[in-house]
Amino acid sequence: MITLGWLYVLAGIVFTAFALMSAIDRTNSKRFGNAAFWGLLAFSFFYGDALSDLGNGILVLALVAIAGFGMLGRGQPVTTSDGLRAELAAKFGNKLFLPALLIPITAFAGTILYNYTAFGGSGLFEERWVTLILLGIGVLAALALACIWFRPPALAPVEEGRRLMDSIGWAAVLPQMLAALGAVFALAGVGDVIGQIAGNVIPEGNVFVAVLIYALGMALFTMIMGNAFAAFPVMAAAIGIPVLVVGFGGDPAIIGAIGMLAGFCGTLMTPMAANFNIVPAALLEMKSQYGVIRMQIWTAIPLLACNIALIYWLAFR
Amino acid sequence: MNDYLVLSGILVVIIGFALKMNPLLVVTVSAIVTGLLGQLPLIEVIEAFGKAFNDNRYISVVWIVLPVIGLLERYGLQQRARTMIERIRGATMGRLLLLYLAFRQITAALGLTSVAGPAQTVRPLVAPMAEAAAEKTHGELEEDERQQVLGMSAATDNVGLFFGEDIFVAIASILLIQGVFQSYGYELTPLQLSVWAIPTAICAFFIHGSRLLLFDRRLRRRPRLPAKSSPEPRA
Repeated sequence: MITLGWLYVLAGIVFTAFALMSAIDRTNSKRFGNAAFWGLLAFSFFYGDALSDLGNGILVLALVAIAGFGMLGRGQPVTTSDGLRAELAAKFGNKLFLPALLIPITAFAGTILYNYTAFGGSGLFEERWVTLILLGIGVLAALALACIWFRPPALAPVEEGRRLMDSIGWAAVLPQMLAALGAVFALAGVGDVIGQIAGNVIPEGNVFVAVLIYALGMALFTMIMGNAFAAFPVMAAAIGIPVLVVGFGGDPAIIGAIGMLAGFCGTLMTPMAANFNIVPAALLEMKSQYGVIRMQIWTAIPLLACNIALIYWLAFR
Repeated sequence: MNDYLVLSGILVVIIGFALKMNPLLVVTVSAIVTGLLGQLPLIEVIEAFGKAFNDNRYISVVWIVLPVIGLLERYGLQQRARTMIERIRGATMGRLLLLYLAFRQITAALGLTSVAGPAQTVRPLVAPMAEAAAEKTHGELEEDERQQVLGMSAATDNVGLFFGEDIFVAIASILLIQGVFQSYGYELTPLQLSVWAIPTAICAFFIHGSRLLLFDRRLRRRPRLPAKSSPEPRA
């Protein structure tokens, strides 16, 4: 069976290649910092499960030290100029789209086939990770196709990948770090304290205010944690279930479902949700790391208002 | 009162981000402060931090697409994406992103959350296409406007994902809601929950969709800038 572990090996190989090419890149004055950073990440993908929790913790601290103290630079692998790219684009035409589209198409068609045909019965893929595994297969297929069509120099995929990876830099591991911070918050009981505070500010007998505090609490706490998943159990336990469902007789399915979506509005507005908000800004080489959040706020706020209205109108009919 | 001390970690994060310190450093300091004030020994905090980092490696697997995307960029993918959009009559940035929003919401609602994303689709295809479409209809973009187009491309990807995925019954957030309510004695089925994600999904489409079309209109109203003769190298 192909499991998530296979993908981790693939990721380990990719990061090892980035680390090695970084180490010999003389255009980058901090090349050993980059080599160590991507190398540690490769190590984590290969051997993370074999390390003790403390070992993993130390690995994370080492990553943080490299990035936090400015030891991470940016390599300048040789690539094509904009002028040449325009010529190549004209020469290859729509052929360029096929490998790019092959990745999502493999993931899409593969998942559908796996879930709705006899192919799924084969048990070829680890159930929980079907789409992600198919994405990995799509990447390999696209790479093979691109290499056959374009005949790039042997190291070009690594060097081009490293060019993008270095432009993302430390932001690449921020989402994983924030997930880890969430775990520490949970362990220290941060959620319980927030829940108490939220529970204390509810006035007696006013459904609308209770809904308002529930939804705003979901959004705000999600902004703090960077993740609606961490906020939901806390707000449900503090307000959603005792006040809205038990106290006012609201419909639990509506309060649960739309409450979570109120949290998602918070996700759109916080740098703590790094994989959605900070990483894309880095990936698009934007000037401000908050450039994506700025464009999302004016969708998030009216949508949060809609969610509040929807809970109020639908759950208490 | 003592309980409120564990909230200092949140303060560390807010101050750290506000001062634009390195986020990895801020997050780590916050974790240690929170753990220590929550009466956990330092070693245990580091262990919890390491374990959760390891358990969440799947988040970073997506970077394996970079070699392919980078390689295609080397042979002119972004330039080709621009040319194609320039040739489609009636294509505007707003309409293009609106179409992408619908695509992302529908595929996410089918459970296909990782078919698209910032690395897979936004950087190689959506952002350059949106930029080209904006330039085609509105002339050369000011740098601010270009940044807004890029930001809007990534924002559209997020909005489509967030407000589509909960319509799918087997997504993690639906299972979490079900689990939480179950622990309080409420038996909900995933389908019961996922249908109630539909009203918000529709609101999200209309709110974000109108913003996209308004963005088009805002660009159209300002005077056209002269087109530059040659493609300028972008840093």
